[in-house]
This record gives sequence, C-alpha cells and structure tokens, in this order.
Amino acid sequence: MAKMIMTADDSASIRQMVSFTLKGAGYDVIEAIDGKDALAKIGGAPVNMLITDLNMPNLDGIGLIREVRALPAYKFIPIIMLTTESQETKKQEGKSAGATGWIVKPFKPEQLLAVIKKVLG
Amino acid sequence: MMDHREVFREEAYELLAELETSLLELEEAPDNMEIIGRVFRAMHTIKGSGAMFGFDNIAKFTHEVETIFDLVRNGRMSVTKELINQTLASRDQIKAMLDASSSGGQADLQRGEEIISSLRRLVPGDCASGGQEAEKQAVIKKEEVTGEAGVDEAVTYRIRFKPEQAIFSHGTNPLLLLNELRELGDCSITAQMDAIPMLQDYNPELCYAYWDIVLTTKRDMNSIRDVFIFVEDDCELKIEVIDKDSEPREETGVKKLGEILVERGDVSQADISRMLTLQKKIGELLVDTGVVNRGRVEAALMEQQHVREVREKRQSSETATSIRVPSERLDSLVNLVGELVTVQAHLTQTASGKNDPGLTAIAEEVERLTEALRDNTMSLRMLQIGTTFSKFRRLVRDLSSELGKEIEMITEGAETELDKTVIEKLNDPLVHLIRNCIDHGIENPEERETAGKQRCGTIHLSAVHSGASVLINIRDDGKGLDAGALRQKGIEKGLISPDQEMTEREIFSLILLPGFSTAKKVSNISGRGVGMDVVKRAIDGLRGTIAITSQKGIGTTISLKLPLTLAIIEGLLVTIGDEYFVFPLSSVEECVELTQEDVSKAHGRHLANLRGQIIPYIRLREQFAVSGRAPFIEQIVIIGLDGQRVGFVVDNVIGEHQTVIKNLGRIYKDIDGISGATILGDGDVALILDIPRLVRMKEEEEALTTS
Repeated sequence: MAKMIMTADDSASIRQMVSFTLKGAGYDVIEAIDGKDALAKIGGAPVNMLITDLNMPNLDGIGLIREVRALPAYKFIPIIMLTTESQETKKQEGKSAGATGWIVKPFKPEQLLAVIKKVLG
Repeated sequence: MMDHREVFREEAYELLAELETSLLELEEAPDNMEIIGRVFRAMHTIKGSGAMFGFDNIAKFTHEVETIFDLVRNGRMSVTKELINQTLASRDQIKAMLDASSSGGQADLQRGEEIISSLRRLVPGDCASGGQEAEKQAVIKKEEVTGEAGVDEAVTYRIRFKPEQAIFSHGTNPLLLLNELRELGDCSITAQMDAIPMLQDYNPELCYAYWDIVLTTKRDMNSIRDVFIFVEDDCELKIEVIDKDSEPREETGVKKLGEILVERGDVSQADISRMLTLQKKIGELLVDTGVVNRGRVEAALMEQQHVREVREKRQSSETATSIRVPSERLDSLVNLVGELVTVQAHLTQTASGKNDPGLTAIAEEVERLTEALRDNTMSLRMLQIGTTFSKFRRLVRDLSSELGKEIEMITEGAETELDKTVIEKLNDPLVHLIRNCIDHGIENPEERETAGKQRCGTIHLSAVHSGASVLINIRDDGKGLDAGALRQKGIEKGLISPDQEMTEREIFSLILLPGFSTAKKVSNISGRGVGMDVVKRAIDGLRGTIAITSQKGIGTTISLKLPLTLAIIEGLLVTIGDEYFVFPLSSVEECVELTQEDVSKAHGRHLANLRGQIIPYIRLREQFAVSGRAPFIEQIVIIGLDGQRVGFVVDNVIGEHQTVIKNLGRIYKDIDGISGATILGDGDVALILDIPRLVRMKEEEEALTTS
C-alpha cells in the first residue's frame, strides 16, 4: 500500500505543489490548511509522515509537531518542517519539539522527494 | 592532446542525437517520466559542459530550453506536439551553433530568439514565474556540476556514525541514512552491538547500535555530511579519508621476518606456513586479551578488505578505459596494414622459393601475425549502424507529417557493426529507399482504412550479420509493387520486349534500371528522376546486392546485402594468359574443370553441365580480349549471384589471396567489369573483377544480339 503523507500549510499553492509532487511519486496525500486542521485529520487516518509549514494560523508548526509527537501512534513518524533560511532559531526550536528534519524554501520537487526518501525510505 | 573543445563538440553531437531519439520517443509516450528525464539530462549535460568549455551562447540557449523542460519534468507542463516540434527546432539550433563554433562562424541568433519566445509562449500561466526560480536553481546546479567535476577521483572514507540513543523520538530511522550512504558509492557497513544492554535493561524505544562504515565515492566529504544533515546535532559523526586515487601507493614495505629467514635458507617455506597456522591472528589475540571488542576488530578487517577491493577495482578500471582517436589515424593504420599484408605476401612467396626452413618459419609467423593485426585493425573501424538508424527516425517523422501520412518506424539490430566507410556510403541509398517507402509505398491513412489496414503504416528497418556480410532489410506494409503495371511500364519504356517471359523477381528488378520511375506525379520527396538506379549503383559500389520482394496490397521488402569491410577482402586469384585476376571469395561457390569435350557437347553455346544443372558461363579470355591460346583444360569459377549461378572461364586457379583493394585511379575508374586492383607478392598487379557488372554487361549484350 502506498504510504500516506500529510502536508500542512496555509498556503494553497505550496500544498498543491507538495501534493502534486508526492502523488506523482506514488504517495497518498492528505492536505491540511493549518495545525488545528492537521491535528483533527491525523487522528482519523494512519499517516506515515508529516510535512508541515512553520508559520500557520490557529496552531503553528512547532505546536503541531509537539502535539503530534505526544500521540502514541506518532511518536516515531518522520516529521519534516518547511522553513525559510532566516528562521535558523525556528529550526532549532522545531528540532527540540521533535521534528526529524527540514526543507528550506524555495525548494525543488526533487529536493522534496530526496528528503522524503531520506526519512521515510 | 586533443582540444577540450573538440571533445565537448563530439560529446555534444552524440548528446544531440540522443536528444532527438528521446524526443521522438516522447512524442509517442508523452507521459513517460523516464524519457522526459532523459531529455532533461541530455540538455543539462550540454549546458553544463558547454559552460565549462566556454560555449556560453550554447549554454545560455540550452538553459532556456532546459528551464521549459524542467517544468515538464516537474509535471507543471504537459508534453504537446508543439512542444516537441519546438524542442526539436531547439536541438537543430544547438547543432547549428555547434557547427558555427567549429567553423568560427556565427549561428542565426534571430532564429534562437524566435524558438525561445515560442517555447515560452507554451508555458502555462501559473508557471510563468517559474522562470525566475528556475534561473536561480540553474545557478546552483551549475555549481554542483563544477563541484562534482572537481572531485573526479574516488576517495575512500572511514565513517563512524553513533546516533544518540533518543534518535528514534525525532522520527529518524538510521537505517535509511545508511541506505543513502550506500547510494553514494561502494560501501561496507559493520554494526557495532557492544552497547546493547541485557534484555531486562533494554528499552525498545532507544537506539543502542552504532555503525562503522567504509565508503568509496567520487563525491566529496560535504555530500557525506549532507546525508547526516538532520542528525548532525544528535549523533557522534567522524569522517576520515583513508585512501585516495592520487596518493602514491606505498611499496610493500620491509620484508617480514619469515621471508628473510626463508631467503637465507635458515628455515623452509613449509616450516613458516606451519608456524603461522599455530600463531593466532593479531585480531583474535586482541579480542582474547580484552584489549578491544570483537565488533571493532571486525570493522577494521572489513575496512582492510574494502580498501583492497577498491584498489584492485581501480587497477582493472584503469586498463579498461576507452580512448577516442581521430578517424584519419585509423584510416592510415588500415592503409599501413594493407601495405603490410602485401609485403607479407611477398615474403611468403620469396620464402617458398628459397627452400630455407628458417626463413619459411619466419614467413609463416609473419603471416599469422599479419592476419591477426588485420582482423584487429578492421574491427577498430567497425561502428554500430544504430546512429544511422536514429537519423532515419527523424526523416520518417518529418516526411510523413509533410505528406499527411501516419507512419511508424521500427528498427532492429541497431547494434550490428559495419565498417565506418560502408556506413557512411550507405546513408544516401538508405535515405532514398526510406523516402520511397514513405512516398510510394505507404498509402494515405484513408486509403489504408478502406483497404482494411491500420491507419498508421509501419516501416521496419533491420540489420543482421550473416557470415562476412550484413543484411539490411527495409520492409513496409504499404501497397506493394504491382508486377503487371511494372511490366507494362517496362514495355513502354522499351526496357523489355512485350513477349519476354519474366519471373516476378525479374520484373521487380526493373525498378533498379535507369529511367524507370512509376510515380504518377513528381513530389518533392521522390520521383525526381533520381531513381532506384542510383541506389543500385551505390550498393554495387559497396560490392553489395539488392533483392526486392513484394506482395500487392501487403507490402514491399528491400534487402541489401553488404560486405563487412571495403579495404581488404579474401580473394580467389586466377590467371588468364599472363594476366592475374581476383574474384571476391565470398561469392565464389566452387571451381570445376572445363574440358574441350564439354565445350564440344554444348554445340557452341556457353553452357556447362554441373552435376546435371545447366550453368551459363562467360569466357573472360574473350571478354577481356586476352591474346594467346587457352590451355586444353580450362577452369570454371562458379559464382552465386542473386540466387543464380554463373560460371567464369579462366586458365588457371591459383588459390586464395588476401586482397588489399587499391583504387584504379581517376583515369581507369569507369572501366566496366573491374572494381579495383591489388598488388601481388612479386609486385605484379591483379585486377579485381566486378562480377555483377560483368554479368549485366553480358546480359545486355545478349539482349542486343537476340532482339
């Protein structure tokens, strides 16, 4: 069965691009428009990986990572955050919240896939 | 040392050919990501190396096209016919720029601008901003390219990766990182288990293992660090270089004690071996005494093994590389080998006359070596016919769309090897034959449908080895040849007489005659009076043959049979009076005697009875007006030609002869019946017979006298 990846981002275009790339590579994708939406949806479906933006309304990326890691089912799943280069401190914050890695925006689809391969296999 | 730019140009031409093939394939399978990837890679390489060697205009232009294809590759643009057309046009433009750069000229920049702007127009609106982004990425990519080129030697690294125990809680799977390392190069990995606690203390959520890795890669240390980029703060990572290509290999060092003792004769080799088996290996000693644990020793042994393998591989790869050589050098090598073969024949002949066993032995040795040298040299000139085939795909595509026909071309045996000269000279005849297929052979889609065929016609181009020849078949599933119409036409043109009995095969051969064209109207593709006779002449020039088979409504097959090489042939040496002649041995079937008795039985006709079969023969003595009298017993050399057998009467058959073909020169080049000359061992000249031409001449002569 194809692996399920959740992409949480408030920007529709980013979601679309991530989703398109992932589906093209054979993954199943769930889209979430912010942290809260992601948290609500992640309970309903088994997700193998989470890709989240850091700046989102309602619940931001760091908060989402912390919440997800606290769920027993998601204690060990890979979580990738999308950051911009200026957010070096955020990167550290995300790591300590439990993120596996990060992708710096803007990125190419093949970079995204390379990272997924690195953490999800 | 060849010019770098020249190397790039050659490489670029190859890439362009590949690009063309890929694009044509892509047209048939627009969603195939693999092909899109190939197109992209080809352009990317042209761009990358173009920039490196100062072909900035090519790099810039290619970059634009690549940017568009990047969108395609990322699925942001779909492959359309228009896109393929424009990309093919870009490919031609790149080629034009390459051509211009070699002649020092300037390609049509205007055209380049046009292509780019029409390509840009194809980009859908929401990707338009992608250009900027791609521009930026391209710069990064360029750096990557040069970066990689900087480390083009393999380096072996020793890596210890010891993740923090809590690494799983970040969602990291260390095994995936190890897999990623494996992709970088030749990799040996040992897991270290010594930190794993007893079961009662074991927490399955923690990572206790760590790894020793030996990796040989052409990538630099940063690429290795990149693998661990997400975990570098959460692990102990040590990367060291342990072996490099460029480092001089250390000599074996000082001799071991045992070796010295054996050399002095103090102990025997057997003693040493026995003692060595008693002795424990250093690793085992270390483990036993508890200095170091077993895992570490195993990692060290693995490293030793890995380095040894890498070095062995390096040595073997150093010898297995190929080199590029300008073709003139090969040509001159072939010429020299040709001279050598002649000299060797002279030597053999002289030696046999001297009755000196020592000299004979040398002559035989030289003969053996010369033959090996000749075969080797010939094989150097062999090229795969595939490059020519791929050119035709473009031809088929362009012409068929011009004519509004749907034609698919299937090629087979592209890996078949042929002499370079043969391939070059084969190009024009093949183009002509394929044009014929497209223009005359395959019908319009509508006609095909009414005839109950698929709309899309097929041209099947295949090449296959057959002994010392190569068979090339061009088969179409078009309307086929109409034997009746051809015959009618032949009569109209006065090529045959109305009451002449002809087999179908003979009728088909009519189209090979000069001035025979069946096209009802002249198109700009074929039927311009340059008919199949040109093809026939070209193939004859290559000492090849043409056979045509066809079924009305089903299709036509044209088979070309060509010799593998042009420069040296195996010949059969014969004499007529004092003159020497050579038959190409490949067409000789057998030699039989022709006695006066046979001649008198045939009542003046030139027919011989060979085991019940009647075979017509040609008296070469008469043909070439050799003076003197024929011997009482003559020889007939039986030749197989287009499925028929023809005899040639000569005085004496001397035997096999390695024939180095020399051109007759400008003055004699139009002589009928002679295709070249060769120099014999004693310096005499022997003429090489052009058998098909001789037979045809005789047939024409007969036709004149009988009609």
